[in-house]
Amino acid sequence: MMVMLLFIFVLAMFLGFELISKVPSQLHTPLMSGSNAISGITIVGAIIAAGRGDTVFTVILGVLAVFLATINVVGGYVVTDRMLGMFRHGGRRK
Amino acid sequence: MNNRVIIELTYITAAVLFCFGIKMLSSPKTARKGNLVSAFGMLLAVVATLLYKGLDLRWIVAGMALGAVTGVLAARLVQMTAMPQMVAVFNGFGGAASLLVAWSEYHIRQPERIGLMPIAVAATVIIGAVTFTGSMIAYAKLAERIPGRPILFPHQHLVNAVLGITALGCTVIFLMSPAAHYGLFLFVMLIALVLGILLVIPIGGADMPVVICLLNSYSGLAAAAAGFVILNNVLIVSGALVGASGIILTRIMCKAMNRSLANVLFGGFGAVRRGKEGYRGEVKSLSVEDAYYLLEAARSVIFVPGYGMAAAQAQHVVRELGELLESNGAEVKYCIHPIAGRMPGHMNVLLAEANVPYEQLVEPEDVNPIMDTVDVAVVIGANDVVNPAARDEPGSPLYGMPIIEVDRARTCIVIKRSLNPGFAGVDNPLFFKPNTRMLFGDAKEVVSALVAEFKEAA
Repeated sequence: MMVMLLFIFVLAMFLGFELISKVPSQLHTPLMSGSNAISGITIVGAIIAAGRGDTVFTVILGVLAVFLATINVVGGYVVTDRMLGMFRHGGRRK
Repeated sequence: MNNRVIIELTYITAAVLFCFGIKMLSSPKTARKGNLVSAFGMLLAVVATLLYKGLDLRWIVAGMALGAVTGVLAARLVQMTAMPQMVAVFNGFGGAASLLVAWSEYHIRQPERIGLMPIAVAATVIIGAVTFTGSMIAYAKLAERIPGRPILFPHQHLVNAVLGITALGCTVIFLMSPAAHYGLFLFVMLIALVLGILLVIPIGGADMPVVICLLNSYSGLAAAAAGFVILNNVLIVSGALVGASGIILTRIMCKAMNRSLANVLFGGFGAVRRGKEGYRGEVKSLSVEDAYYLLEAARSVIFVPGYGMAAAQAQHVVRELGELLESNGAEVKYCIHPIAGRMPGHMNVLLAEANVPYEQLVEPEDVNPIMDTVDVAVVIGANDVVNPAARDEPGSPLYGMPIIEVDRARTCIVIKRSLNPGFAGVDNPLFFKPNTRMLFGDAKEVVSALVAEFKEAA
């Protein structure tokens, strides 16, 4: 199982390198904040930790993690959308 | 376990959407849609997770609601010039969340002996902690809550090395029998938190683009490590994607400065003022009116923005001036150095905010070959990225860094507050060149005055 996961991890790293080396420099900021939002995927783990209710302590840790990860995810996507909404091409002006 | 299969399949879909989203981010035309695709993937992953049997949703929903409101407000209200610190904060929260996930998993499972799970726990906690405090320090530096210059103290490297080795040693002992060493686990976390602070404080403001990229990469790796803790594919795949993206950006930034990553991280660059003797020569300053006549006669103009434009919030007036020049018949371009500003692409975002079409934003490689034909190059709050010493003087600390060669333009106007050297503490011979004119003052005030001159003349 673990070897399988490591294998997936390595492949995903390569995929990441491939996908991202093509991004032009003018889009570096949105790329960064957008990928930053993706790293908030840890919210999945946070939800499980918070929801299983094993102990009071882990619920506290989990809910705090959910809170922080949600800020990361929601804030990251909204800010990226806001930035990209400002990129426009020429010809628009007279 | 039908439920389980549906959840796993949804995770795969989410991972695919992330990949598509990132791919679409590589062109300005599809970028916005790409971000939405990626956000939709995230939504799917979250909804799928909520389907797990036996989850108590009350607290989760409370946490998510509070987090979502905070996130939206922060993202909506932040000024574009404050974007780098905002990204740093989000990033730090992501790292902290991964840390907490690993901690809670360790708290419940308390593994007796060494295995991949405790190793993943240790990795997540260390990377997550460094990401969290490192990002907070980066935030404080960018928001100028603490001084942006490198903060150095005696034996800094030694202290860091000792802390690093201690953390490593304790981790090894912890891994031997993880359940028995809860105290050690907390101790390692504490050291990692301190290390995050110590690793970022010696890094100066203009090197922040590199640090932000690196921390971005760490937050991805922390999420991937957390994926190994809870054996979850989507965390591993997404974390790896982000980790890879951060590493690539870090490399691009280092290359743009012609410095190694080690030099950026441990160099304490810009702390000491190098180059003892200043440049001699005559500095020619000019008035706003003279600058107006120069620009009025120019057929081609290139703007070179830097952090000074962001600090003065001058992007809107700069665009206004650009439009006036265009309607006056000049060809206007904005040349952006990859490391200008405080995060990768910082200047592009600001000029986009000011409605400059992205076709007008060009890179140094496009402009340098035709620089001799440019009538006027206007440098706005940039310094090191236009320093000819990087090209001409092998002894200069900047030597080898690719620059925008504005000194080769027919005339170069430098808008700047004073003759102070830039972040790197290196004097700039550009200011003493015969074709350079200094226009002293705040970027926004000076450019506004130029705009007023043009409007008066019209």
